[in-house]
Amino acid sequence: MMNLEAILFYLFALLTVASAIGVVMSRNIVRACMLFLGSLVGVAGLYFLVHAEFLAAAQLVIYAGGTLILIIFGVMLTSRSLATHDEPRRREVWVAVPIGLVLAGALIVAILRRFDSVQTKAVAEVPYPTLALGQSLVGDYLLAFELSSVVLLIVMIGAAYLSKARPREPKDER
Amino acid sequence: MILADSSPTLLQSLLFGAIPSPLVTVLYSLALIATVYTAGIGLVALLGIYAERKVAGHIQSRFGPNRVGPIGLLQSIADGIKLITKEDLRPKDADGLLFLLAPYLAFAPVFVSFLAIPFAPDMVFERHLSVGIFWLLAMLSMEVIGIILAGWASNNKWSVYGGMRQACQMVCFEIPLGLSIIVGVMAAGTLDLVQLGHRQGGGLHTWLIFANPFVPIAFIAYFVASLASNKRAPFDLPESESELVAGYHTEYSGLRFSFFYFAEYAAMFVVSAIQVVLFLGAWNDPFGLVGLYYSKFSEQENLTGLIALNLIGAGIFVIKVILLIFVQMWIRWTLPRPRIDQVLYASIKVLLPLTCVLLLGAALWQLMVSGMPADPWSRVKALGGESFNPWRWSHWQRQGTVGALLTQSILAILGAGFFLTIIGYVVRSWWMGGGIKKRLTDPEPIPDLAVKV
Repeated sequence: MMNLEAILFYLFALLTVASAIGVVMSRNIVRACMLFLGSLVGVAGLYFLVHAEFLAAAQLVIYAGGTLILIIFGVMLTSRSLATHDEPRRREVWVAVPIGLVLAGALIVAILRRFDSVQTKAVAEVPYPTLALGQSLVGDYLLAFELSSVVLLIVMIGAAYLSKARPREPKDER
Repeated sequence: MILADSSPTLLQSLLFGAIPSPLVTVLYSLALIATVYTAGIGLVALLGIYAERKVAGHIQSRFGPNRVGPIGLLQSIADGIKLITKEDLRPKDADGLLFLLAPYLAFAPVFVSFLAIPFAPDMVFERHLSVGIFWLLAMLSMEVIGIILAGWASNNKWSVYGGMRQACQMVCFEIPLGLSIIVGVMAAGTLDLVQLGHRQGGGLHTWLIFANPFVPIAFIAYFVASLASNKRAPFDLPESESELVAGYHTEYSGLRFSFFYFAEYAAMFVVSAIQVVLFLGAWNDPFGLVGLYYSKFSEQENLTGLIALNLIGAGIFVIKVILLIFVQMWIRWTLPRPRIDQVLYASIKVLLPLTCVLLLGAALWQLMVSGMPADPWSRVKALGGESFNPWRWSHWQRQGTVGALLTQSILAILGAGFFLTIIGYVVRSWWMGGGIKKRLTDPEPIPDLAVKV
């Protein structure tokens, strides 16, 4: 019998990859969002398989519960009707294809290079991985942790600036 | 790995003896989900809907359902049969696939979150979920996607309004919700739901709500935020009947409509269960007897005692959850609905700063005043600790600091007094309401004033 863990791994991997492909192929942006949800859930499942429970839950809270809702929210605010099928413009294709190719190439090279040398520590041996994670976040990696929150602060200030009510242009009095 | 290293639960070890093979574990888990959990959630929803109508009836001086079955108990089943036999309508211009998918997306996360709830020390599906409460939070935020999707896919402006309101409500209230949970978690020092329960096993004053002066306020903040994230009145703007017909589920009928109802009432149970585990002592009674005897029995490996204790604990847990659900219903039928901007104001300008202050205060408290005085489980002899009996003063002195103990005791006395006052008020109004209802429904017979001609 095949290892149960392996079966689960391939299930989650299939879910992740299939829905990721679906996101790219879909022309309807809300459906793409839903497929993206499938991809996120798949990745969360993979995290669960390697006992990174906190990461799995964070993945669901931040991406599925936060980002995805914001995306759908944005789509609802901007798109005109359900039937909108966005066709890419020619110029967009010319920009998107090279960027995508470069990104894909970089990823493939990186994966191939690192594949053998990656050292993974067995997380399962730590009784409370979440505890260890939290302690290293506010212990060894405190600076990185705080700096990343500075990034978020900058984003927030930027958003506040963008949404600030602009002074109204004086009306023409004619 | 994930399945092999988890030790068997009490029920498993009773059924299979030693550690079962992975395949048996999977089959057993599936069977447990299919029978116990599905039936339990169905029961929660059916009784919840019945209770809601009954409570509404009492609050509005009428009877509520009282025709189908004894005191109307079978009303929900009758409604269920009606919903199942109804036609499953789908608007022509709806996004077909997403429209069909949305109710399940709303229901599935709530279902999954039930698997993490510890009803008693051993009556929990997954005991080693080290991120328990965070997991529940994740599931609650996933539920919203189904609601938003339902609103969007219906292709109806009222539905879209409902979905949008749900989206901004959830995004706003998720932050105070998480922050108020963290205030409680900080006092306990763990995210694991079972551990949280064990931490509160030393009597009323060790319940986390009395851990420091900031947690009771966080408790209330959590309650408000959970009402909003679960779209319960007064924050039921996503489906506000008076403005949006029925909001996000306007276009749904039949079984799919009932899925939304199931999701709502099951989610009510889940948010109340989080509150009970995190603040109100989980399965523990106010005197700390369950915690004490649990540590005793597990040292002695007294199986009968453990089973009995688990059943008692589950009963206590469910009673606490029911009380909280009752408060949710009480609020729904008492308060009017605010406008959407007022709801967002309440979150961003009131709850968010409040919970931030609470977080800071609780953190400082952890630094200044250390020590939870009672933590019987972590000090069980078998696990390498000393034995602890909350009924012995000498154990007390050994365990914790006087400052923490004093605060906790004062807070516990205040909290118990507050609770008893509320209970007294409810019982009194129930009593008096009976009289009013009788007057309203059985009016005095009009005296025979027939004019004799």
